[in-house]
Amino acid sequence: MPMAANEIEILIKKAIPDAEIRIDDLRGDGDHYLAHVISKAFSGKTRVQQHQMVYDSLQGRMGDQLHALALQTKIRDTD
Amino acid sequence: MADNIITERIKNEINLNEVMLFMKGTPVFPQCGFSAAVVQILNQMGVKYASSDVLADAEIRQGVKDFSNWPTVPQLYVKGEFVGGCDILREMFEDGELEGLFDKAGIVREINS
Repeated sequence: MPMAANEIEILIKKAIPDAEIRIDDLRGDGDHYLAHVISKAFSGKTRVQQHQMVYDSLQGRMGDQLHALALQTKIRDTD
Repeated sequence: MADNIITERIKNEINLNEVMLFMKGTPVFPQCGFSAAVVQILNQMGVKYASSDVLADAEIRQGVKDFSNWPTVPQLYVKGEFVGGCDILREMFEDGELEGLFDKAGIVREINS
């Protein structure tokens, strides 16, 4: 069962409120996404930890409802 | 109890093999584009690695996700440490970080000329 891009965005935003999020629907099929997430909350975290924060925000949907969500996380260093 | 056995199996694999890839399919026949991408990176870098096909073992498939608190496969471990999945490995490969990690870990690489 695919997820809509804005559903993904809402969930991430809830867990990481300052996140700047862009979601690309890679194949236009509502099932293969690339999410770019920029947040100050990633500061001091490893890449694995940053991605885990995003996965956690999706509350178990990743690897289940969501087959393919490629992730790119970046630390925001300015306000 | 069963969970502990799976965890032990995973620990054994990642401790026994300096570079261990949990993937869908095999390096010769990857069954998923993300796994294929990681195989390609490792081959290009000339790294010797062991692999485990999670499609052949449902317990390992779930177990490895629980083990690393990481929801997807492929997963790469170097010297027992979880390094990342496809996105992270691709980024690390592109900016040279992965090479540094292998060098630091003393992983021998054979560069095909």
